[in-house]
Amino acid sequence: MKQLIELTINNRVYEVPVSPKDLLADVIRDKVRLTGTKKGCGQGDCGACTVLIDGEPVLSCLTLAIACQEKKIDTIEGLVAEDGQLHPIQQAYVDHGAVQCGFCTPGMILTSKALLDRNPKPSEEEIKRGISGNICRCTGYKKIVEAIFAAGETISTAGVK
Amino acid sequence: MNKDFTQVGRSVPRKDGPIKVKGEAIYTGDMVLPRMAYGKIKRSPYAHAIIKKIDYSKALEMPGVLAVVTGDEAPNKWGIVPQTANEVALAVGKVRFYNEGVAAVAAIDEETAEAALDLIEVEYEPLPVLTDPFESMKRANEVRIHEDAPENILHSGDQLFGDPDKAFAECTYILEREFSTSYVNHAFLEPHTSLASYDTQSGQLQLWSSTQVPHYLHTQLSIVLEMPMSKIRVTVPAVGGGFGGKGEASSSDFCAALLSRKIGRPVRIVFERSEVFATNKGRHPCHMKVKIGLDKDGYIQAVDFDNTMDGGAYAGWGIVVMFYTASMIHLPYKVPNARANVRRVYTNKPTCGAMRGLGGVQPRFAMECMLDEMAEMIGISPYELKMKNAVESGYRSVSNLHVPHTEYKKCLQTAAERSGYLEKHGKLPFGKGIGLAGGYYISGTAYTLYQSYKPHTTVLLRVDTEGGATLHCAAADIGQGCNTVMAQMAAEALGIRYEDVHVISGDTELGTFDLGSFASRLTYASGVAIKEAAKQINDKLFEVAAGMVGCRADQLEVKDCRFFSKFEPKKTIEWAKVVDVYTNSVGTLTGLGHFSPPRLKGIDLTRGKRVQGANIGHSPTFGFSCQIWEVDVDLETGKIRVDKVTEAGDCGQAVNPMSVDGQVEGSILFAMGQALYEEMKVAPDGKIINASLHDYKVPTAMELPEIDTTIVDSYDPTAPFGVKESGEGPVQPTIPAITNAIYDAIGVRFTDLPITPEKVLKALKEKREKEKSEGK
Repeated sequence: MKQLIELTINNRVYEVPVSPKDLLADVIRDKVRLTGTKKGCGQGDCGACTVLIDGEPVLSCLTLAIACQEKKIDTIEGLVAEDGQLHPIQQAYVDHGAVQCGFCTPGMILTSKALLDRNPKPSEEEIKRGISGNICRCTGYKKIVEAIFAAGETISTAGVK
Repeated sequence: MNKDFTQVGRSVPRKDGPIKVKGEAIYTGDMVLPRMAYGKIKRSPYAHAIIKKIDYSKALEMPGVLAVVTGDEAPNKWGIVPQTANEVALAVGKVRFYNEGVAAVAAIDEETAEAALDLIEVEYEPLPVLTDPFESMKRANEVRIHEDAPENILHSGDQLFGDPDKAFAECTYILEREFSTSYVNHAFLEPHTSLASYDTQSGQLQLWSSTQVPHYLHTQLSIVLEMPMSKIRVTVPAVGGGFGGKGEASSSDFCAALLSRKIGRPVRIVFERSEVFATNKGRHPCHMKVKIGLDKDGYIQAVDFDNTMDGGAYAGWGIVVMFYTASMIHLPYKVPNARANVRRVYTNKPTCGAMRGLGGVQPRFAMECMLDEMAEMIGISPYELKMKNAVESGYRSVSNLHVPHTEYKKCLQTAAERSGYLEKHGKLPFGKGIGLAGGYYISGTAYTLYQSYKPHTTVLLRVDTEGGATLHCAAADIGQGCNTVMAQMAAEALGIRYEDVHVISGDTELGTFDLGSFASRLTYASGVAIKEAAKQINDKLFEVAAGMVGCRADQLEVKDCRFFSKFEPKKTIEWAKVVDVYTNSVGTLTGLGHFSPPRLKGIDLTRGKRVQGANIGHSPTFGFSCQIWEVDVDLETGKIRVDKVTEAGDCGQAVNPMSVDGQVEGSILFAMGQALYEEMKVAPDGKIINASLHDYKVPTAMELPEIDTTIVDSYDPTAPFGVKESGEGPVQPTIPAITNAIYDAIGVRFTDLPITPEKVLKALKEKREKEKSEGK
């Protein structure tokens, strides 16, 4: 049985018909059509489907959509500023060569954001630990760590959220 | 040597960086077309069985199910190597590995398609399952995997260069060792995805696919669907990594296309992660026996290489990988006499194929570890032994591989100096160690799969007022960044900025011919074609510009978007103005460039005899590198922590140094996974028991060591813009460098992979017991 629920994604309310077993990743991708959220394994192992729920990184492929009502969901599409400028984390990923195939990138960036929101000046060890649930097979992580470090600097200097 | 570049050598951000960080890049699985149906594949629960009967009548009756196809409807055999084509879209009469596809369903949604799979009834007659290549060869009389392979061997090859037996007889130092490597998967993040749209009225098919090889996919579709290539268009949206695993057609491509043709509406198939493991095409496990002989001064005199490869169920890239392993023993050291006896064996496992650095990684593991051990036999540093034997520019191997240019010695020297290798090696406390290994890889070549010598790449450059400069080439950007690199080279050749070059790639209709993204061929190959195409455009623009500024065309240069006289720099005009004048009077300008790799014969230079399979790997040039790993072995847990990796690479002129670093760092973690963690485990019944990213362990950021990379100063004068590869060479030294470091740490030489904590603890225990019994 499908029911109509409201999901708040990137500060916009979407009314979507879901069945109780529908997963958040599928609802975001297939019903809301925000395809920046990726599915790499469907089993909560790779982190590509990471979204932020109330600011915390969550594996949307393991999360039921109906459990996310009245919560604030952020996907990668919500990160760009209203004037189209990249968020400092996104900019740092581009500038530091932290993107190759790009499939892990949305989830990795959102995980980075949750990390930097908690702690804008993380140590290298804290960054590594923070993104250890997100697999990247292309970059070897080094440039991702560098990008997060640089974004943290920018954010704490400019005070961007 | 012209290194006065403005666009080549720039660490520019990649062209698709912004859309990828915004989540706006479109991958095949993000696409939805009107009336699109969803496809799923029914898979075999047996690794080896006769298919007695398939009954899908109940599935067809299910509401929402649109069509079912089985192998009998598309029995034409396909194969990336035409001489050994033996795969089918879906199993015909027999399954040969666990989870092989037997039927495919299209339905109005994914749920319905999934549910319909359970209603397909398949009757099997199970056959004995062979999961080990040696058992497979031994039991071939009793269990045959392919009717046309009576010994369960796809192919075997013997190569003889010089006289190794005579050379060994005269050697002072001889070492024989056996090595084996594990069964590993690419684990790219985007599972195989295909979206086919067949238009019943025009008979035209378009397929969007996460592929590395749009052209080869195009040809295989033509074979399986029995349609002319001109009726098929392959388009490559953004691709979430490949590493060789998308270097063949996938069953998702064929099934989506067959279903779409059957129902006249688009069909999309997205693989589950378990299906990625099930269809595999990862690196071949190799069982190698290697013998190396050195003379009294430490110069290599002979190598004897025997390799038994576990190929899995079908041919795939097998024969190519097999001959590559044989070919790879000839560099980066001078080997005057060599013999290779190699065979690729069928087993009832998902097929092995191409994986980053194919054919090189396994023999490199063996040879670099053995040279480390032989240096100890002689009593010199492994660094000294490798320097002594390293190839130099202009070297031609006994197998006729020609190295026009190399900075390999500079790589060894740089890595050794930056890591302090000579000061540390053999002198660190027990448990800590440092290890060195070198490597190389082909650059710009590709196996000539057609046995014809048509150009491997064609680039069309278009220049006009409307588009500025546009580059067309059906190459596939799978994340490695070829679109950015091609734009940089085109900008360099045209004298404009990389930001102003549009790249149209990944489409067999819009792009001119290219073989695909594999074999580290594209930078070199497209570079040659770009130079040729740009010259045609420049020749025409120079004439117009000359008239506009008032000098002779041959006195002009173009740089930074301006034409100017070499002798009177004040005589100058903007590039765009000249293009305007040309376009407004003559129209759009085009230039067409081609690349064909050199055509060499695989001959034994000492005897002039042609050697079977030895033309594989004939490459216009080669990339080289050295890695030095420092490890810390936990003696209590057996866990290996990597403290630091120092790498120095010769990739010729780096087109985009930031991108090169990305390739090198990615390679290091990629190969570290195979060395220490990764292995697909197969049960006796052929089932993969760790077919998930939870149980198949790839490195995470927690495993990232300190990495120090250096692009050594290099320029290959025979290459376009001086370039060489950087995407596959850097995986070569990793495994032996770690293994040599572990030896330096605990005095144990490991010869099989992955080197897990269990193996380390067991080895330490055996070592202690042995030392005790010897009274040490």
